[in-house]
This record gives sequence, structure tokens and C-alpha cells, in this order.
Amino acid sequence: MPKDENIKKVLIIGSGPIQIGQAAEFDYSGSQACKSLREENIETVLVNSNPATIQTDIETADKVYVEPLTAEIVAKIIEKEQVDAILPTMGGQTGLNIAVDLDKMGALDGIKVLGSPIQTIKDVEDRDLFAEFMDRLDEPIPKCHAVNSLEEAFEAVEDIGFPVIVRPGFTLGGTGGGIANNKKEFEEIVIHGLDMSFNDQVLIDESVLGWQEIEYEVMRDKNDSCIIVCNMENVDAMGIHTGESIVVAPTQTLSDEDNQKLRNASIKIIKALGIQGGCNIQFALHPETREYKVIEVNPRVSRSSALASKATGYSIAKVSSKIALGMTLDEIRNDITKETPASFEPAVDYVIVKFPRWPFDKFKTSSGELGVQMQSTGEVMAIGRTIEEALQKAIRSLDIDQEAFEYVDYTDYNLEHATDQRMFQIYSAIKDGRDIQELADITKISPFFLNKIKSIVDCEEEIQKQGKDILKDAKMFRKIKQFGFSDKRLAQLLDLTEDEVSEARHEINLAPEYKMVDTCAAEFEAKTPYYYGTYDSPSNMKVSDKKKIAVIGAGPIRIGQGIEFDYCCVHAALALKDENVETILINNNPETVSTDYDISDRLYFEPLTKEDVLAVLELEKPDGVIVQFGGQTSINLAESLSEAGIKILGTPFESIDMVEDREQFTEVLNELGIPQADYGIANSFDEARDAAHSIGFPVLVRPSYVLGGRAMEIVYDDTELEEYMKEAVKVSKEHPILVDKFLEDSIELDVDALCDGEEVYVCGIMEHIEEAGIHSGDSACVIPPQSVSKEIINQVEDYTRKLALRLGVVGLINIQYAIKVDPEPKLYIIEANPRASRTVPFVSKAIGIPIAKIASKIMLGAKLSDFDLVNYADIKHVAVKESVFPFLKIPDSDSVLGPEMKSTGETMGIDKNFGLAYYKSQLSASNNLPTEGKIFISVRDLDKPKIAPIAKKAKELGFDLIATKGTAEAADVDIEIIRKVSQGSPNIRDAMLNGEVAFLINTPSGKQSADDGYIIRRLAVELGIPYVTTIAAANAVLKAIEEASNGELAVKSLNEYAE
Amino acid sequence: MIRTAKLALEDGTILEGEGFGAETVKAGEIVFSTSMTGYVAALTDPSFKGQILMSTYPLEGNYGVSPEWYQSEGIKAEAYVVRQVCHEPCHPKSEKTLSEFLEEHDVPGISGIDTRSLTLKIRELGSMKAVVANVDISDEELLKILEEQPRLEDMNLVEKVTVKEPKVLQDRKEYNVAVLDCGVKKNITDHLIAQDVGVTLVPATTSAQEILDMDVDGVLVSSGPGNPENVEKIQDTIKELAQKMPIAGICLGQQIISLAFGAKIFKMKFGHRGSNQPVQDLKTGRVYMTSQNHSFSIDEESIADTDLEITQINLNDGTPEAIKHKTLPISCIQYHPEAGPGPHDSKVFFDTFVNTIKEYKGNKN
Repeated sequence: MPKDENIKKVLIIGSGPIQIGQAAEFDYSGSQACKSLREENIETVLVNSNPATIQTDIETADKVYVEPLTAEIVAKIIEKEQVDAILPTMGGQTGLNIAVDLDKMGALDGIKVLGSPIQTIKDVEDRDLFAEFMDRLDEPIPKCHAVNSLEEAFEAVEDIGFPVIVRPGFTLGGTGGGIANNKKEFEEIVIHGLDMSFNDQVLIDESVLGWQEIEYEVMRDKNDSCIIVCNMENVDAMGIHTGESIVVAPTQTLSDEDNQKLRNASIKIIKALGIQGGCNIQFALHPETREYKVIEVNPRVSRSSALASKATGYSIAKVSSKIALGMTLDEIRNDITKETPASFEPAVDYVIVKFPRWPFDKFKTSSGELGVQMQSTGEVMAIGRTIEEALQKAIRSLDIDQEAFEYVDYTDYNLEHATDQRMFQIYSAIKDGRDIQELADITKISPFFLNKIKSIVDCEEEIQKQGKDILKDAKMFRKIKQFGFSDKRLAQLLDLTEDEVSEARHEINLAPEYKMVDTCAAEFEAKTPYYYGTYDSPSNMKVSDKKKIAVIGAGPIRIGQGIEFDYCCVHAALALKDENVETILINNNPETVSTDYDISDRLYFEPLTKEDVLAVLELEKPDGVIVQFGGQTSINLAESLSEAGIKILGTPFESIDMVEDREQFTEVLNELGIPQADYGIANSFDEARDAAHSIGFPVLVRPSYVLGGRAMEIVYDDTELEEYMKEAVKVSKEHPILVDKFLEDSIELDVDALCDGEEVYVCGIMEHIEEAGIHSGDSACVIPPQSVSKEIINQVEDYTRKLALRLGVVGLINIQYAIKVDPEPKLYIIEANPRASRTVPFVSKAIGIPIAKIASKIMLGAKLSDFDLVNYADIKHVAVKESVFPFLKIPDSDSVLGPEMKSTGETMGIDKNFGLAYYKSQLSASNNLPTEGKIFISVRDLDKPKIAPIAKKAKELGFDLIATKGTAEAADVDIEIIRKVSQGSPNIRDAMLNGEVAFLINTPSGKQSADDGYIIRRLAVELGIPYVTTIAAANAVLKAIEEASNGELAVKSLNEYAE
Repeated sequence: MIRTAKLALEDGTILEGEGFGAETVKAGEIVFSTSMTGYVAALTDPSFKGQILMSTYPLEGNYGVSPEWYQSEGIKAEAYVVRQVCHEPCHPKSEKTLSEFLEEHDVPGISGIDTRSLTLKIRELGSMKAVVANVDISDEELLKILEEQPRLEDMNLVEKVTVKEPKVLQDRKEYNVAVLDCGVKKNITDHLIAQDVGVTLVPATTSAQEILDMDVDGVLVSSGPGNPENVEKIQDTIKELAQKMPIAGICLGQQIISLAFGAKIFKMKFGHRGSNQPVQDLKTGRVYMTSQNHSFSIDEESIADTDLEITQINLNDGTPEAIKHKTLPISCIQYHPEAGPGPHDSKVFFDTFVNTIKEYKGNKN
């Protein structure tokens, strides 16, 4: 049956900024959807507030709106664009929520909702409706009561019995839930959950803790044809969010009987829900009785569907989009084989292991304990022919400075209460000889998986027993490699160097072969080259002799290295395609667009280590490799690739080294006459103290060669410095600590520039909203700069030019500057990075020029003069980038900003002036700024002199003000005084809980967070009250509110801005 | 103890792996199956008689072995080839390991084989003779065994797996069915039993008259191993019964019935084996995921000259998947509606068959 001819123009709703629980997988799905719909000649309109996405490139859809994802804004776009239908199922929970809100507003009259009907969304999202629905279907679910008060909650738990799982209705990634074993815990979690829920509802679930967690990815078309794309087994039992679990695909411990039972249930459910497209169903399966319960149904693409797509080669988003148009599975072609239809179930002949990546290195106060709330920011996927191989490949893909399972300390408490370290703790326990069944009882992890770790332990012991002679036994060596051991790990075990092991391996001609991901376990010939390395047989792959370039990806998404880098890698691949160069992409992140099989000519799903990358390159023999785009992950490989004789395209490795080596860099700066803050280099506390004393406190301390301000801190005295040095040594063993004079009260600038070796193009100068000292990745910023003089701008451009040319940059460079305002404006350089920065996509969208693509072409030999470039200062609009933080998801984290990056993603607000653009950026970041009500102000002493104009302005805008005593006195306007939390009730906490506070201005007073300020900030995060923690942001907010109160927000597509 | 085992192929390839299961040598035609679960059901499926089964999924034995999953009383495949075998299975129903199971039934297994490379070879060259040796044996001896091994299409395998005497599986009911046992699977008879009809299993060589004497209301020709052209006697039985009662066929049953009505069959290059084969109903357009296991197919063009018509096709290669007689209550399918292993999407086949019987009997009376 052909597609519905009444559908000509479709609005695709994106998922907004990257946050925990909603990450790059929705860029992948949304981009796929656009591509898929356009193949069917559908006009596409896309809306997303996240600039760091491929889907918001104007090439992706016919019209692209970078606008806040609220129902009001989306309704405006629907009306303006006169679309026939919306496709909300590609934008995660955000997409579904907006669809429901649009429906409620009446904005969908005459508009078709593709994929999942609104009623279906409600049926699965509202627990009562869900329970009724499943009851009608006769499908079992855990007993569940939806309650709206603590009283009702106690009645519910009476019926169900402890332990229970408590979770708020309608939130992202299970936010605010918890497991309660007793009344006290229960009360606490319920109160919190009621606050969190978008619909003031809390769900009390019968606990199925310890049951196996199984997922099915199901597809259905309008003919009622249904298929299972993939099933997946969580290694971690129920009780740990699936996003936190190590997941294997396909299922390993399910018999055919179990598998078919859950398959039948999945098909029954998707049919009853009437979904046309993809759907994810989660089951709990009792490990002994094999009784099952339906846990969750997601009537949309999801993180799991992205994983399933990458795991099997079957593009769920792409096929779902076509089904949504009314096509049927048999009419859609399987893109991988090109010959068989999409109406089949993929068969795989390998094992997939997904391993999450957690941000606990950024949140020292967090325990790292895992639960029903998702905390990981990203994940890796590894493919192998055995679980042992896939597991070990996954661990070294994580980029956590760990090559394999390593011995760590653990206690029985740790084993029972899983943290991000659990796999290593289990490994250690097995190494200590603990009984597998006993460990299974404690950890609730199936002995099947524990035995796999045990076989790795056994293999390691065998290797150590036999010693290095084992490397001469070709048969044995191959067996070891089949278990996924890297050369580096073998070196650790045998007390050799990695190079020694690699040489031994090369001596016996032992190299990986690359097997294909082909959806059909080799039953049919596959056309799309998508590979993974393994050691079954000697390689017999034929590679082309065309001109080809390899692009090294960025690995898992983590704080400091987000989707922006994947965006750049995709642009590199697209640019190379434009130039008719074959592209080889190496990456291991299943969520992203770069690992979509049709982005590159050949995709290698591999760990990004020296050994794994070199193996691919040695086989492919590319003409060059691009390392500028994959963040620190790929840059860190530059040296070893270069040493191996691989040509690094663009900026040479020596330049990268030159800026990382502070002494060399200083020489360059001195030579060019570019000032920098005083600094010192230290390898010990004594050296650091000496440096700090000669420079003068406060100083900014950080290890060299790290990204995202990892372990960067501002310290004010010797004690803090000593404390810091203890920690820092753990972070970076090989690289020294940099001690910089901290430039207090200065304005920070971020510059992205392109250089072809002869000319420099300053793509954009971004003025940070927050002052220097707050990590550039966490600060909001604006293009063009709003408060910087022409002289300084000229100076910035001049320095940038000089430095880029001096460093021999070919491609992108990012430079950060600070303007110390007092006593008179003076420009300092903070740092330079001759590679793509995280602001590249934002700048590209703000100025309408694809700078990563141009950078790639320059690396191939093009000149800047070949391109039609605009000056960022000439744009007629203003673009603001705002950061989005995971505080809500990380229990006990403080929302104060500092030199260590904490944000997970970003939004972009674009409009005719700063106020409106900033307002939109805030709205997109869920900081819904009020236009009336009470503003609470409490600032540290240092900021008190600056608070008067802010208070005055707020008054002018019609706000009521409340403040703590000290702040009120400094404010110099009529202000209501309220008690601090520590001063007894009623206090600010009560006011917030009572919903009396519309906005908060709170600047942190010190380093320790267990103070009043922390409680207020944490409460604001949890109650969703908009807040700022800096004076600069407070000023920006008031400006934004002033503009926004002057009229309605208008929508405008990037296409229109580009005109 | 790790035993070195060998796998030799007709093209002269000899691969080494690790032995599991019985210490013996077995030859047969090597075929691959892409099912990711269900090794116990597959190994015990009589359709695999004469064949060496190779799983494309690399990890087998994970959930052990339970007699509940057997499709016949023992392993029917000649040998089992896998990438990795699990010796510490994990499943509450498991009573033994896969290796113990093979040993119990005197079947050799070989692991550590690059099953994907081997699958690619079979895809290119077609199914071929092979031998698995789990004992000390020279390459020459191995190749000799291989040479002496007859081709699958030349063997009469049905006679090796069919029941010797009629066997009542469910006592007489209002409606009664005879199952012509060409190598029936337990799931097939279980599905019939669940339909609340009397079920009697009869030897494949049972004559039409003997069946008529049993006073049954319909006949199901079961699935089974080997070449359908080698069991001509069944064709005669079908021809004689055709006017007298509804007949259904599954897999080999479909091939035999089609031959009886004048269609032709051919041996496929490597057959269909797996749980993911898409079958489309030509009337409704609906697609079903089916479990398949066959080396032979009906020649689509040959149907034109018969009283048969194709009602379902395989979407991967267009081969006929379901056939019915234009006027008589005869219908059959190439795939396995009874599953075991594989999806349960098409078990409606049994409802339809029993309904046809009921209608036919109603009209007759």
C-alpha cells in the first residue's frame, strides 16, 4: 500500500538539549526521519532548540527552526508553516509531551499525528490508563497505584507491601524516583516525587527488584504486520535503570520458549496500541519462575532503539518514519542488503555489549550509587564474537584510562549496592576466589554473565602462568585475542610494554579481521560496509585503492566532550563525500549520527585506542587521518598515529603539542606579543605553592592535557592548594599541573577561527555571559559580543590571526581570551586549542556557515578564498548559547558553576536582539523566566556592591523582591526581608515550597556547599524554580524579561535568517 | 579437557576446533540456521536428519537443555557446529549442558569454528557434504568418510524417522486427524491436540485405504527430512485421499502434496533455515515472521499447469510459501506454524485446518 497522499508537509519535533536520559540518540533518529521522509518527497520542517545537532543543519530538513520546545512555540510553527502532520515520536519524551500539550491546546485540529496516536501516548504515559489498558489486554504489570498525596500513598503501600518503587509521573529518565524499603524512606521519596512530577502524580509500584530486565524493539505497520528488530538483556537486574545497565544484545539467557513468550506479548501490545512505527517494551522476567511483567512501553524511538539499530544495522527511525507515512514494511527496502525488504527480523552473528559512561568524576560529592534514576551521560557499544571479547572492547572504548577489568577495592556492601565501579568490583571479587553463585545472590546478576567475567579472570591467570612465551604460540595468542585482550592489557599482565606485545603480535602476523554487520547473519549479500574487528580468522577483506581519509570519532558522550564533536565528525565525512574522497569513520558511540552506516563509506565500530585504530588504518591505508574533530579522544591519538607513519591531516601534531606544552606555548606568545596571565608549572605541592606565591592567590590550577576543565579549580590559599594537589595527581599521572593567575572579574571571550596556513577567518567571537572562572562550556555566550569595545575586538582578531598562522593551523582553532576590566580593559589569552571546539556547531548556526565542513576541505588543500564567507559581526540577529545541567539527576550535587565543566548540553536562542535571544535560550533550557511575581535575592559579600542596580531594575519591571538581611541592606531599595534556612521558620525554604518564589538570584559564598546557599539552590533545582548563580546572569535575565514582556515571542527559521 | 576436533568439507577444507558432545565421527550435509534461540528444538527436529547443523549465532548452550523443548525423543541432526559453546548454562529448566546432551545422543559437536566464514562459503557454494570428527583421525580418513557419504537428495531419510506403528496421541474425539509422520515435530502434534481433535500418528508408508479404514476426518502430512521425491508412496496416498477428506501439509508435507498434484520441486542452493523469514499473505498483504527449515522448494512456474495456487510467498526470494488446491480442501505451507524454535505468528494454520475439517464433515452429513 503506498503512502498517504494527503500528507505533503510534516513537522518533526526534536528533543532539545542533551541531558541525562535524552541524548544524541534523538539527533540520530530525527536526522534519519528527515532523510527518510524526504526520500518519499515529503516537505519537512524541523524544530529543535539544540544547535549541536545534525538535524538542525539547514541541509537536513526543508525548514529548520532553532526555537524553544514548548507547545506555544511549536503551535506557532505549525500555523506558520501550514503543515499537514506532526511526527513527535522522534523527539524522545520531549516530543511526546509537546504533542500531548498541543492536543490539549487545540493546536492539532486538522493536523495528523504520525506514529503514535495521542490516545496511545496517554495510555502508556499515565499509569492508571496504562494499568487499565494492560488489564484489558490481560498482560501482567507490577501492581501499581497512582497517588496524588502522601495519604493516598500510604494506602497504596498497604495494598502492595514493601519494597516498593516510587516514581513521579511524566518526567524524563525516571527523574526523582527511588526504592523504599520502609515507611521512613517511603515518605521521603513520595514527598520528593510529588514535587517533581509534571502532573503532581506519584506512582507506587510493586517491586520486581532482582528480576531480569529484558527489552524488545517492535515495529508495526498499518497492515498489522509486526516484527521484532532486536531483543536485549540487561546484565543488571531490575532496580537499576536500563540506561545505567550494561546491556547485551541479543538476549543470552532466554530460551526460545522465554523469547517467544515475550515476543508474543510485545506484538500483542503494539497491535493493541495501534502504533504505526517503532516501540520499545521493557519486561521484568523472574529468574526462576519465568513469570513476566510488562514494565514500560515507549511508543516512540528511544535510546534503546538507537542501540538496537546500531546493533543490528536495521534503522528503526528510518523505517518508522516511512511507516508513519502509511507505507508498509514489505514496501520498504532493507538498506543494508538492498535486496530484501524491511519486513524481516534481523539475525545477528555477534554479540553486542553496551556500557554506560557516568559523570561521577565531575561530581565528587555523589556516591556513584546506581538506581532507578538515570545518571549516565553516554554509552559505548562494542561488538565481538564472544561476550568476553565484546565486554573487554567496551571497557577500553569508555575512554576512562582503563584498559580492561582492573582490580579495585570493594566491600560486600558495594557488591550489593551497585555503583559505576561494580563490574570492576565483581571482577576483583572473582579474582579473590569468591563463589559465582554467592556473587549472583548478592549482585542479582545472572551467573551466566559472572561466569563470563570468570573466564576472563581464568584466561588472565593462564597468561601470567605461561609468561611471555605465550606470545610466540600463534594459536594461543589468537585465542587470547579472541577473548578481547588488548596488547596494552597483555603488556600489563606480562610486565612488558604495549609496543613489545604489538611487535610480538606482528611477528606472527596476527591482526584483526573485520566482520560485517549485515542484519542477516551472512544469509544474504550485504552492500553497506559496516564492520567490527575480531580475531576469528586471518583477514581477507578487500579494501579499495581510491583516495580515502579516516575520521576518528569522539567516543562516548560525557561532560566536556559532547555531541558537538560528533557533529564535527559527521561534517568531516560529508565534506569528504562532497570532494569525492572515500571516508572511513571509526567510533564506538551507538547513539550518534556519525555511527549511522550511511554517513561514511566504511564504518568501523571499534574502541578508539591506539591498537584498535591503528589496526584499521594499517588495513585501509588511508591517505590521511583527521583527528581535529573527535575532541580529546582523537587528539590524544595524534602522537601515536603520527609515530606510526600515518599522515595527520591539517594542523600537524607538533602544533597540538606546542599549545599543550605550556613552556613552548609561552615562548610563542612572547614572540607574538600576546599577553597571558602569570603562571607556573608544578609537579608537586611544593612547586605549586612556590608558583602560587610568586603569582599571588587566587590561582587557577589544572592538569595539562585534559578536557572539559576536568579537575580544574580556583584556589585561594595554601590549604586549598594542598587539598587540590592530592586529588590532581590521581587525575593525571604523566602530565604536570598548571598554576595560573586567576583573572578575577573579567569578561571571557571564545573565538573559533579557520586557517588555511596563509589566511585566517575569524568565524565568531562569543562573549560569555558569566565571568571568567566559570568553565567556558558552562557559561552562556552570545554572538556578536554585546559589551566589548571595537579596540578589543580588533585586538582579539589580530591575536587570533597571528597565533593561528604561527602555529601552522590548517583547519580549526579555538582560543579563549579574558578581558580584565579593572583598572582599564586589558586582553589576555587564556588558552588555545588547534582543533574543533564545542562551540563549532553553535557558531556555524549563528553565522549560517558550516565551518567544520570548510575546515575539512581546507585540510584537503582548499583555500579560504574558495569559500563565500560572511563576517560574524555583520549578522542582523543575535544568537545566545545556554548550557544545560544535570543537577536534578545527580543527587546532592550543587548547582554552583566553577572552572570544572558540569553541563551536559546546550540550547540556542536566536532572535533580533539580545534580550529575546537570551530569553529563548533560557526557555529552551527549562529556565522559564517569569514576568511577574517574587524574586528572591541572596548574594555573597563580594557581589553586594553590584546588587543595587539589579534590584532597582527588577523593581522597575514590576517584581516584588525578597532577600536575606545582608543582601537587602546592600540592595538599597524597598525589599522584604526573609530568614535564612538556618535562622528558623518561616524562612526562604518555606517560601519556595509554598510556591511564592518565581525566580532566584543566589551567588555562592564559598567552596563548601553544605550551607544555606546550597539548600536554596538544590531546592530550586528540584522544584524547577528558575535561578541564576552569578551577577552577570542576573543582569542578562532582567534584560531578557524586559524584552519578552514587550510582546509575543516570534518564530523564524534558520532558512529565513540565512536569507 | 579440551579435545581437538575436525570439520572437513566436500571442497577439501579441513578446519580444526574444540570437540564437545560425543567422541565420534558423523557425516551429513552441512547447513546453517540463523535462529538466535532454540538449539534444543532444532537439534531434535527430525527434519535435520542427514544434516550437520551449524548455528550462525556464535554462542550456543547458554540456557542449557530441558526435555520440555525436545521436538522428538532425541537429537536428529548428525552433528553440531558452533563458534562458542557454553558449559555453564543458566536457566531454571536446564537439566544438562549442551555438551552432555550431545554426548547422551552420540552426536559430536565442534566449537571454535569461524561459523560466519563457513556460512559465507555455503552461501556461495551451496550446501555441501561435511564430516565432524571428535576422535583422533587422519585427514585422509576423514576425506574418505566424506567421499563415501551419499548425497542428501539421494537418501531416503523419512524411513529413518517415521513411526513404525500407528500411535494414538489423543483418543478419538468428535473430529479425528491422522498425521502422516514424515518426521513430525512434537509441537505439530501438540498444536493438533490442543485443537481438541483425536490425533493418530501413522507411518509415512501408510496406504490411503489404511487411513480410510481409520475413519479419520482429515490428514496432515508432516514436515520431515530429505528429498520429497524419494517418498513417492506418500504422493499416491495423497492422490487417493484428495477427493475424500481435507488434507494439510507442513514443509516436506507441502512439497509432497505439490508433487502429487503435478508441481515440480527443486533443491535450493542453501535453503531457508531460521526464525526470521518474512512470508506475505497475497490476499491481505500482511507479513508474518516464520520459522523455516527446508532445502527444497516448489518451482513457482510449475504451479501454473496444476490445480494448485500460491497463496503466500517468501519476501526475500519470492519462493512459494503456501499453496492451496483450487477446488479441494487441500492447503499446505512451507514454513513451520508450530514454531519450536521460532515465532508463533502463524499458528492460525491449525485453526484453519481443523475448521476446514469441521466444515467438510458438516457439508458431507
